[in-house]
Amino acid sequence: MDTLALSRLQFAVTAMFHFLFVPLTLGLGWLTAWFETRYALTGDEGYLKMTRFWGKLFLINFALGVVTGLTMEFQFGMNWAEYSKYVGDIFGAPLAIEATVAFFLESTFIGVWVFGWERLSRRAHAAAMWIVAFATNMSALWILLANGWMQRPVGYILRNNRAEMVDFWALVTNPYGWLEFFHTVFAGWVIAGFFVMGVSAWHLLRKNQEDLFRKSFGAGAVFALASSLLVFVVGDMSGVNAAKHQPAKFAAMESVWETRSAAPMALLTVPRLSGEGNAVETLKIPYMLSLLAFHDPHAEVKGLNDIAPQDRPPVLPVFLSFRAMVGLGMLFILLSGLAVWLWYKERLDQYPLFLKVMLFAIPLPYIAIQLGWIVTEMGRQPWAVYGLMRTADAVSKTVTPGQVWLSLGGFFVFYSALALVDVWLLARYAKKGMEQ
Amino acid sequence: MDYAKVWFVLWAVLWTGYFALDGFDLGVGFSGWLAADGEEDRRDIFASIGPFWDGNEVWLVTAGGATFAAFPPVYAGLFSWLYPALLLILFSLIARGVALEFRGKVQDPAWKKFWERTAAVSSLLAALLFGVAFGNIFRGLQIGPDGYAGTFLGLLNPYALLTGLLFCAFFLFHGQLWLAHKVAGPAAARAARIAGRAWYPLLGLFAAWAVYSWADTGLSANFIERSWLLLLPLGAGVSLLAARLLLARGRAACAFGWSFGAIALFSLAGFAGIYPDLLPSRLDPALGLNVYNSASSAYTLRLMAWVVALFLPVVVAYQYWVHRVFGAPLSAAELKRSGMY
Repeated sequence: MDTLALSRLQFAVTAMFHFLFVPLTLGLGWLTAWFETRYALTGDEGYLKMTRFWGKLFLINFALGVVTGLTMEFQFGMNWAEYSKYVGDIFGAPLAIEATVAFFLESTFIGVWVFGWERLSRRAHAAAMWIVAFATNMSALWILLANGWMQRPVGYILRNNRAEMVDFWALVTNPYGWLEFFHTVFAGWVIAGFFVMGVSAWHLLRKNQEDLFRKSFGAGAVFALASSLLVFVVGDMSGVNAAKHQPAKFAAMESVWETRSAAPMALLTVPRLSGEGNAVETLKIPYMLSLLAFHDPHAEVKGLNDIAPQDRPPVLPVFLSFRAMVGLGMLFILLSGLAVWLWYKERLDQYPLFLKVMLFAIPLPYIAIQLGWIVTEMGRQPWAVYGLMRTADAVSKTVTPGQVWLSLGGFFVFYSALALVDVWLLARYAKKGMEQ
Repeated sequence: MDYAKVWFVLWAVLWTGYFALDGFDLGVGFSGWLAADGEEDRRDIFASIGPFWDGNEVWLVTAGGATFAAFPPVYAGLFSWLYPALLLILFSLIARGVALEFRGKVQDPAWKKFWERTAAVSSLLAALLFGVAFGNIFRGLQIGPDGYAGTFLGLLNPYALLTGLLFCAFFLFHGQLWLAHKVAGPAAARAARIAGRAWYPLLGLFAAWAVYSWADTGLSANFIERSWLLLLPLGAGVSLLAARLLLARGRAACAFGWSFGAIALFSLAGFAGIYPDLLPSRLDPALGLNVYNSASSAYTLRLMAWVVALFLPVVVAYQYWVHRVFGAPLSAAELKRSGMY
């Protein structure tokens, strides 16, 4: 493999690993802050125990999110030096802003929260967690505005052999970035909701601290249901957005080869492995694809045949990931809806099988969010910046394949060890239950 | 106003902030065990940086992000040319962060020992490598017409290694002074003694570095041309003296303040020496990456200067507030409550 292939693999592996830890913190911060606020306002010790229990799990995740985030910042320069030089003028800005306005805030106040139990009033202590939760989500906003710019570059001109920023406002209001932001953070909230439900289910099955875990389950369920619905709505908007601005990505997501108006959607589609056309296309719903793509049953949907082969993303992984993600997303609405219902009717105890399902459902939203990133990033190929810079032109020229082999191997060993320790710690603390 | 020049100053300030702040975390990380006698001491020593190290590390993230935004070729060059060195720094920082977070999560001596050793090795490596990296920047990199022409081993030249050792000595002194006023009991007194003894080799290394820099690098030119800049390295030396004198009078907190100043002035002196270059070339001065050929557009620089000018003081304010809140050492009960130890 050459430096390009290795660097892509390394970026994918380290980004996906980073995103095993970040999304849970996006939602669990809000839930922890909510529990602590209930405690601060009512003095109910049960909420204090919940705060401390979920807060601890938040922290174990947070630490890994921070250290694996360093890798992302280093890698742009290390492996993608040509990219960094070409677009740093505009792409670097949201990254630097993220560090200045959001990352400082969360990293500083997490320390206040962890150690400040005796030094701050109850309300101030709860406020520290609100700040952390807010800053964590704000971090996501700036990072996704940066990614949104790679998907749909705006606010720049090509001058001095690089992309120079001319309109910061366009960058900040880029709808692509905002849709990615909402889709991603809501998906992170789904992860948090399912995580809280799954861990609570484990304890409910064992009749541990049932009152507190039932309360936690309910909060997780409501949060997960609301977030799953929001993810769905934003997902639909994101589809329209992709069809409009990245027709190649949309065509790959649906494996559409022929351009046509009033396009039907084939429920059962099997793309050819050769990457040309579909082997099976059946169970068609008339107008559905046009409707999904443009919210207009007669709209024309562009097929891959009308996109030059060198400008097409890899169809099969994008198509499969997209279908699986959407399927999982619908499953989440169903499961969390059921969870809210059973919790509200106080009938969770009567359905141990459902609790078991919720325990084993913990990994599913993680899988869905990773699939989502495969759709977004692989679907953008062969471009690093859509229509502006090809990935092949973005890679560092001076870095040798040997160097990347070494770093990739290092990441593989190091990250595997970290993942093992972290999952072991999470399970240990999750099983321990709340303080007595 | 020439924002490229403003950004050079901001760039230097962000890196300097990182060295002066995370410096004590790294120092505590690799040398804290010297002041410890038993598990409780070690717990208190790690706890003393617990509320701070994460926020301090963000200075590095911001310095990196700011380099990306304000001087993209510098960011691209530094990180890709020194690929193996940066990878080692990255792994050290990841290991350091994980070690600090995981150490107290399991109450088992072998578990703690493992993470303490990890913290020590990774902190020392990070301190040394930052020194080596900036030593090479101060000295000038082998930048030729086709980019970087040096090798990884070439980075391990005597001047860079000396700078690396100087960083370690600075951070050891800084870290021990931190402990001398941030932990309770006999560990504080031990830390003060260690800082007192470590001061002599630190001063020796600093003097050697200054002489070596003057004789064998391009750093001297700016100081000859604008002699008032000499206040920076001289101020660093004076701060070191002040720290030692205050320490001898038992005023560890004040001594820490002066060691903070010493590191900051030393770092600023290095940056003042390379100006207008950010990455000077040792092969041909004209090939260095400087504020003229490597800065972002005026629009971006102005915007980002405003962002930093508005928000960095806020950051400094709340980080200062955190230092006030955690001014007194954390009690054993608080440590237990934190669930971290």
